[in-house]
Amino acid sequence: MVSRRLFTQTAAGAAAGMILTACGPKRLYEAPKDQLKARIAEMERKYKEQLGKEIEVSDAGPIPGVHFAYALDLSRCIGCRRCVYACVDENNQSRDPQIQWIRVFEMEKEKGVDFSHADPYYNPAAVPEEGHFYIPVACQQCENPPCTKVCPTGATWAEKDGIVVVDYDWCIGCRYCMAACPYGARHFNWTQPSIPENEINPDTHYLGNRPRPKGVVEKCTFCIQRTRQGRYPACVEVCPVGARKFGNILDADSEIRYIIEHKRVLVLKEELNTVPRFFYFYAT
Amino acid sequence: MQHETAVDSIRLFSGFARGSLRLILRGNRAYWTWLAFLGALILSGVLAYSNQVRFGLGLTAMRDQVSWGFYIGNFTFLVGVAAAAVVLVIPAYIYDWKPIREIVIYGELLAISAITMCLMFVMVDIGRPDRFWHLIPPFGFLNFPSSVLAWDVIVLNLYFVVNFVVATHILYRAFHGKAYIKKLVVPLVLLSVPMAVGIHTVTAFLYNGLAARPYWNSSILAPQFLASAFCSGPAILLVVLQLLRRFTRFEIRDAAIWKIAELMAYAMFLNLFLHGSEAFKEFYSNTQHLLFTRYWYFGVGAHHTLVPYAWSAVALNLIAFGLFISPRTRRNPITLNIGCLATYAGVYIEKGMGLIIPGLTPDTLGEIYEYYPTVTELRVAAGIFAVGFLLFTLMLKVAVPISLGEFMDKKDAAPEQDAVMAVAQAAH
Repeated sequence: MVSRRLFTQTAAGAAAGMILTACGPKRLYEAPKDQLKARIAEMERKYKEQLGKEIEVSDAGPIPGVHFAYALDLSRCIGCRRCVYACVDENNQSRDPQIQWIRVFEMEKEKGVDFSHADPYYNPAAVPEEGHFYIPVACQQCENPPCTKVCPTGATWAEKDGIVVVDYDWCIGCRYCMAACPYGARHFNWTQPSIPENEINPDTHYLGNRPRPKGVVEKCTFCIQRTRQGRYPACVEVCPVGARKFGNILDADSEIRYIIEHKRVLVLKEELNTVPRFFYFYAT
Repeated sequence: MQHETAVDSIRLFSGFARGSLRLILRGNRAYWTWLAFLGALILSGVLAYSNQVRFGLGLTAMRDQVSWGFYIGNFTFLVGVAAAAVVLVIPAYIYDWKPIREIVIYGELLAISAITMCLMFVMVDIGRPDRFWHLIPPFGFLNFPSSVLAWDVIVLNLYFVVNFVVATHILYRAFHGKAYIKKLVVPLVLLSVPMAVGIHTVTAFLYNGLAARPYWNSSILAPQFLASAFCSGPAILLVVLQLLRRFTRFEIRDAAIWKIAELMAYAMFLNLFLHGSEAFKEFYSNTQHLLFTRYWYFGVGAHHTLVPYAWSAVALNLIAFGLFISPRTRRNPITLNIGCLATYAGVYIEKGMGLIIPGLTPDTLGEIYEYYPTVTELRVAAGIFAVGFLLFTLMLKVAVPISLGEFMDKKDAAPEQDAVMAVAQAAH
C-alpha cells in the first residue's frame, strides 16, 4: 500500500517535472520570475535530498544602477593565497578533485608581468619571496566576453550588473568556453565534485555558488550571492593586506572609481579587446 | 491509385531491405573475421565509454589546462575526410570526367561514415551527453549565429543528410532497375560541393575565431584545413577502391586512380606550402606567440612529448608528396599505396594532436601541462573508428553488387546493363 502510494507520488512528481521542463522556458536565462521561484524550490528540495542539508538558493537579481568592478593592488599582494581558499570555502568548490577559481602566479621582478615565466605552484616556506611579486587571476568579468559568445546552447551570459554566469542545469559540458577564455578562468567538473558535508556553504545563489553536478563548467561570479546583497566578495574580505578592492563602477564616489581615475591601472591582455572589469594597479 | 502506390512503395522498400540484409549476412571467412574484429573493438569502446560516463571525463587525460584532446582531434581529422568526397565530385560533375564519376558514390558513402564518426566523437567529448538535446530546437536552444559550434552542428548534419539522400536514392533506384530522379539528385550534388567546403571551413573557424589561442588564430587555418583534407580523404578512398577492384568484379580504371593520386599531390603541395608560410611567419617574427609552434616542433623546456609526432608528420607528408608528384611512383601500385598510408598518417597526426594540443599548450596563462591520451580515450576512439568502418563495410556490401547489377529486385528486373548505367550516370 505504502509502496503503491510512493510509486504514484514519484510518478506524479516525475510527470509534473517533465511537463514543467517540456513547456516552460528551459534556460534559467529566460525563466520569468514565478517560474524561477518554482525552479529554485525544486533545486532546494533536490539539494536537501542529495546532501541531507538545507541549502538556501537565492534568486536575487541585478541591482539597477550597479555595475560591479574589481581592482587588485599588485604592489601589496604578498601571494599568501588566502583569497584562493576563502573563495573555495565560500563558493562550494570541489575539494576532491580540487577546483580553485583564483590562481596566484609568482613572477620575477626582473622579468615583469610575463606569464610564460610565471609559476602557479610556488611553495616557499614564507611569502613574499625576495625578488618576486604575485598576480592572482580569476574571471575578469569581461564587458566583451569571448566565452559567452561561443556557447552553443546559450548556457552562459553576462548579467546586467556585469557578472558572467553559468547555468549549471543547461551547460552540456562541451568546454568551448574554456578554449575561448584568455584568462584560464573557467573550470570543468571532470568528475563528481565533492565537499565534506560540514564544509558546504548553505547560503547560495542560483547563478553562483550552489553545488554543481559533474560534467559542467563553473567560474568566479564576484560572489554573486554576497555582492547582490551589498556585501564584499569573500576574497576582498579575507585579504590580509587590503590589496583587493571592489565596488560599483557607476557610483562616482566609490573607491573603485577613485582607483581607476587616479592610479596606474592595467588590464590583462588588453589587445584582445575583452574589456575586463578586473583592473590591476600599483598603489605605491 | 494513391493507395496502390503506397502499397507498392512499401513492397519495393521491403524488398530492398530484405535483400540488403541477405547481402550483409553473406560473406566469406575474411569478411566475418573483419566484422568480428570490428565488433570486438566496438565492445571494448562501449565498455570504456560506459566507465567514462559513470566516472566523468576525469578518466581522460584532459584537464582545465588542456581541455580538448584526442576526441576533438579525431573529430577534426574526420571532418576533413568527410569533406574530401568533394575532391571526387568536382572533377566528376563539373568537368564531366567519366572514370571518376563511377566511383563518386563510394566517396559519398565514405562521407556518411566519416560524419557519423565525427558526431560520435563530439558526443563522447561532452561532459553531459544526457543533455545533448539542449542543442536541438525546439526542445533546446541553439545559439545561432553567435556560436560557431552551432554553425558546425547545422552544417555537419545537413551534409550528412545530403550525402545520405543522394547515395541511398541512386542505389535504391538502381536496385529497381531505374535511373535516379535527376531533379532530386543534381541540385543535391551541386549543393554538396559548397557544403563539403563549408563543413571544413566552419570547423576551421571553430578554432580560428578564438583570439585566446594564437596558434589557431591565424587566417591560414581554413585553407590549410581544406588542403590537408583533400589529401587524407582520397588517400582512404584510393585504398578502398583498390581493394574493391581486387575482391569484386568491380572495374575501376587505372586512369581514375592515377588521376586522384595526381590531385592529391597538388593538395599536398598546397598543404606543405601553407604550413611553411605559417612556420615562416612564426619563426621570423619571433613573438611570444611562437611558443606554441615551438612546443609542437621542438618542445619547451623539459616538455617535448609531441616532438617525435611533429617531425613524423612532416616526414610522412614530404614522402607522400614525392611519391604522388612523380608519375612513375604514383602509377606503381606499391609506391602508390605507401604514399596513401603516408598521407593518411601524416595528416592524421598534424590535424589531430598537432592541431589541438599545441593550440592549448602552454595554456592561456603560460602553464605547460603535457597531455597524452589515456587508455580510456584510445579505447573509446578505436571503438568509434570501428563503428565507422563497420558502417562503411556494410554499405559497400550492398552498394557494390547493386552497381554491378548483381543485386536487383527480381520483379521489375531490368537488363543488367541498365542498372550499371544508372549508377554510372550518377551525375546527370
